Formats: sequence, C-alpha cells, structure tokens
Amino acid sequence: MTLGEELHKDAYTPSQRRLERERHRRARTRRATAIAATSTLVTAAVLCLGITGSPGWPRVRETFLSGHYARLALPKVLDGLLLNLRLLVICGAIVLVLGLLLAVVRTLRGPVFFPLRALAVAYVDFFRGLPLIICLLAVIYGVPALRLQGVPTNPVVLGGAGLVLTYSAYVAEVFRAGIESVHPSQRAAARSLGLSGAQTLRHVVLPQAVRRVVPPLLNDLVSLQKDTGLVSIAGVIDAVYAAQIITSQTFNYTPYVVAGLAFVALTIPMTRFTDWVTARMNRRQSQGGTV
Amino acid sequence: MRTAFALRVPARLTSAAAVLVLGLTAAACAPQEDSASRGPSSPAGSAPASAGASCAPGKLDTRTADVLTIGTDNPAYAPWFQDNKPANGKGYESAVAYAVAKRLGYGKGAVTWRTVAFNNAFAPGAKSFDFDINQVSVTADRRKAVDFSSGYYDVRQAVVALKDSPAANATDVAALKKVKLGAQVGTTSLDLINDEIKPERTAAVYQKNDLAVAALKNGQVDAIVVDLPTAFYITSAELDDAKVVGQFATTAGAQEQFGLVLDKGSPLTACVTEAVDALRADGTLAKLEQQWLSDAVGAPVLK
Repeated sequence: MTLGEELHKDAYTPSQRRLERERHRRARTRRATAIAATSTLVTAAVLCLGITGSPGWPRVRETFLSGHYARLALPKVLDGLLLNLRLLVICGAIVLVLGLLLAVVRTLRGPVFFPLRALAVAYVDFFRGLPLIICLLAVIYGVPALRLQGVPTNPVVLGGAGLVLTYSAYVAEVFRAGIESVHPSQRAAARSLGLSGAQTLRHVVLPQAVRRVVPPLLNDLVSLQKDTGLVSIAGVIDAVYAAQIITSQTFNYTPYVVAGLAFVALTIPMTRFTDWVTARMNRRQSQGGTV
Repeated sequence: MRTAFALRVPARLTSAAAVLVLGLTAAACAPQEDSASRGPSSPAGSAPASAGASCAPGKLDTRTADVLTIGTDNPAYAPWFQDNKPANGKGYESAVAYAVAKRLGYGKGAVTWRTVAFNNAFAPGAKSFDFDINQVSVTADRRKAVDFSSGYYDVRQAVVALKDSPAANATDVAALKKVKLGAQVGTTSLDLINDEIKPERTAAVYQKNDLAVAALKNGQVDAIVVDLPTAFYITSAELDDAKVVGQFATTAGAQEQFGLVLDKGSPLTACVTEAVDALRADGTLAKLEQQWLSDAVGAPVLK
C-alpha cells in the first residue's frame, strides 16, 4: 500500500448527515435570495409606478430630465468643473500644510510658546465658527476694497484664500485630534532614547498621528471639493453656477441634475481611494495577521 | 442565526409590516388634491378661459378666493420698487401690479404680496402666487415652463462703467470686446454679452446686481450690463463716480419685454394679458413709466 493510498483511505468523507445539512442550507439560501429579489422588485415597481403615475410626472420629466437641455448643459458644466478641480487641488494642498502647522503650534509644550498657542486657538475658534459664505464674501469683496498695492483682485485667487482660511481651521482640529491620540508612553520612550523634542515630534508622534486621521482628512477634502462651488459668488463660473445660468435662461432644471451627477461621479473615485488607503493602513499596522 | 439581542419577531409579522410600510408610502404619495383654497370654479388644468368670458371683476379663479396674490423677489430693487416694500405702490413694477389688479377688479385691500425667489417663480408644482412681477424677460424657451402675460415694459440694455475705466469712453460694441464685463445671472443682459458683444474674456456672472456693483467698484470688472432704468439708478444713487456709457440699439423685430409670470396653464393668463394690453392702450403704462423711470432716457446708442 503506497503512502498516497494510505492517505486516501483515511481521507475525510462527509457523512450522510452532513451532506443532508449542506443541501438543506443551500436550499434555505436559495429561498432567501428569491424572497429578497421579489421584495426588491415589488418595491421598485411600486416606486416606479408611484412616481411615473403621479399627475405631475410628465411636467417633472420635462423640467428635470430633458435630454435636449442635458446635451446643451454638459459642455458648459464640464468647463465649470475644471475650475472646481483646480481649486480643489491647489486649496487642498495648502490646507493640509497650513492645518498641520496650526495643529503642531497648538500642541507645542512649554510656557514660552503660550502666545503662539493662543493665536492658533483664536484662529481656529474664529474661522471654524464663521459661516463659509460670509468668509468668502468678506475676502472677495472686502479685500480689493482696501485698495492696497499688490493685493490680488482676481476673484478665483481671493475665493481660494477664503476656502483655505476656513478649511485649514477644520483640518487643524483633525490633525490635533491625531496628535493627541498618540499615547504619552510613545513620547516618553522617544525622549528616553535621547531624541530631542523636535525629533520626537518629527519621527515618532507625527507619523502615527497623520496615519490615524487619514479617513477624516479625506472626508474634509470631499467636503472641500463640493464647497469650491461657493467661489462662484465672486462671479466666476463653476459647474453648479454654469448649470444655474442655463436654468435661469431656459427655466429648465436639467442642467442642475447634470452638474449634480458630475459631482457624484467625482466623489465616488475619491471615496474608493479613501477606502483603499484605510485598508492599506490597516494591513500595515497588523503585520503578522489580524487577531 | 439570531444574535442574543435581536428582537424575536415572527417572520410573518415582519413581512406584513414591510408590506404595510410599502402601502403607506404609496398612499402618502397619492396625488395631492388641488389646493383647497381655490375658488369654487373650474378645476385646475382646464384650458385658459377665452378672454372676456370669465374675467368678471374680482371673481377670478385665484389661489385664495377674492384675493390676488402677487409674487416678487426679496430684496425688491429700485427703481422697480422702493424701500424694498412692494406693497407701498411706489416704484414702476409695484405701480403696474396695482394697476393690473385694479383692472381685474381687485382693489388695494384685496392684494397680498409674497416673497418668491427668482428660481422659485418657474419651479414646477403648485405656485404660491397668482402672478409674479420681477423684471422677467419673455423668451421662447421660458414659455415652455411658465405662462407670460403680454409685455408691460420694453427693455433696453445699457452699459455702466466707472468714469476712469477703459470702458468709459466706448462708443460702439467693438470697443467693449476688450474689457472685462459683468452681469447678473438669469438676465438677458448676460445673453446680450455672450451673443452680441462676444468679449475676449469670459463675462463675470453675479447672483445679484448689488454684487455686480460691488465688483465694479473694486475694479474686478470694467463694466456691467444692466437694463436702462437700473443703470440710471446705479449711477444716480449707488455709485458717484460711474456713468452710463450707452445703451444698445434694439434689433428690429426683437423688442425684449418684461412680462408677468403665471403658472403654466393658469386660468388667469388670458385675463391678466387682457388687463396689461388695456393698460398699454389707454396710456397708463406710459404714464407710470414717465412717473417712475423718467430719468432713464437719453443715453447714447452704442453702434
């Protein structure tokens, strides 16, 4: 008798009872799936009939889902979307740097840094509380009215500055939460190894802090992406504003729907990216497998 | 497998509840009754009555019986309204609204005003006003979404610039191609910039005229395009160092007009149109224009 046969003889064969159980479970699963599908279909049908059967449906379809106006709006909306994207990339980068700087200043230890800390706290308190639209109005229409040499009057630059003011305050708090969540023992260990305060911050605290707050940071970036449209109060045309212009010319709302879908289409890849970053982070933190 | 805390509800009950929820949802979405406050007259959606037949004074099929509800935006700008109080009868559009109401048999006491944002004036669904008066230009595209009365004002567009701006001395349309222009969203002023002037730089588009004026003051735009009465109001009351550069000639056969906005298929359209036509014929509109918009005249025509 060879080794293979030996093994084969002792190989596991499922008992009758087990086979029976698995058959039963498969049947249950099939039944559950069938019920779920039917229920979903019924719900969808009720919703469809309810909406398309309503007396105002033809009018709503004409006003919100008109192919003619969608084709008219798409190129202009996409043109506007370029502005949103440019603002997102440039403001996003500045916001991350400024926010991290503010958070570090707020968490500096030692009495000598009190004025810096106080300034950072005041800044964050003020700009987190100030409604974004008011901040933008003040920056866009107030700053040029000062008539100072060398101050930009370009509404896009000013609008971007307004966004950075508000969002760096938000992001500073996110970073601060990350910094404060690093356990004190980490700091103590670093100092006992002979690292200076600055080195501790740079090599021990910040890497852990930043890694922990990646998901909320990306959340703020998605939010920033949608708020870039508010710069349009300066008269520049972003995606939503391009849609509004066509809507107010034609009294048809389809351009808004087009712009909304364009934003959703932008946000979805960003959300997937967030998930991927988070998953990768978790994999790295749990080297050696999850427990 | 149920967890320890799951509510142990029999499956039948659950599915019954689900069906009930679905049913309720469907019921909640049942077609709404036409607003109960409507007068006891023709059902909504009936064809507009032929003019004259049912325009009995004070007995129209209005939103609220015996009351005429008129919509306009807030703020209501001069010179069309004064002091942001549409109900005071001052300003051209307020005066026209009361004249139309009187013509329809509704005295000053039977008129109520309602704030209706520009964007809501043409939203589908039940309207909160009988007609809306808000400097809305009549265009073919817009007619697909709302009803318009006949025009109550012939619009001319004009250019406003600061006296020291490069646009201040323009005498023809070509000179405006090189400057940065601005206009309010949803206005025919903006269409005129894009279709007639075709400037080299994209026009700035503002939510409200006062934002456009602020941008003009800051030098963020060289000139703005507005209708002529607004232009004269801006130069006389809002900006000291600005001037009306000129007005645009109306192209033959395309005289732009402001019209009253009514719900699509409103039973009042025919009566309101008849009233506006009568006011035009008996010289009332001209008289009111003289009274409220008289300084909106001599601006040079841009070639």
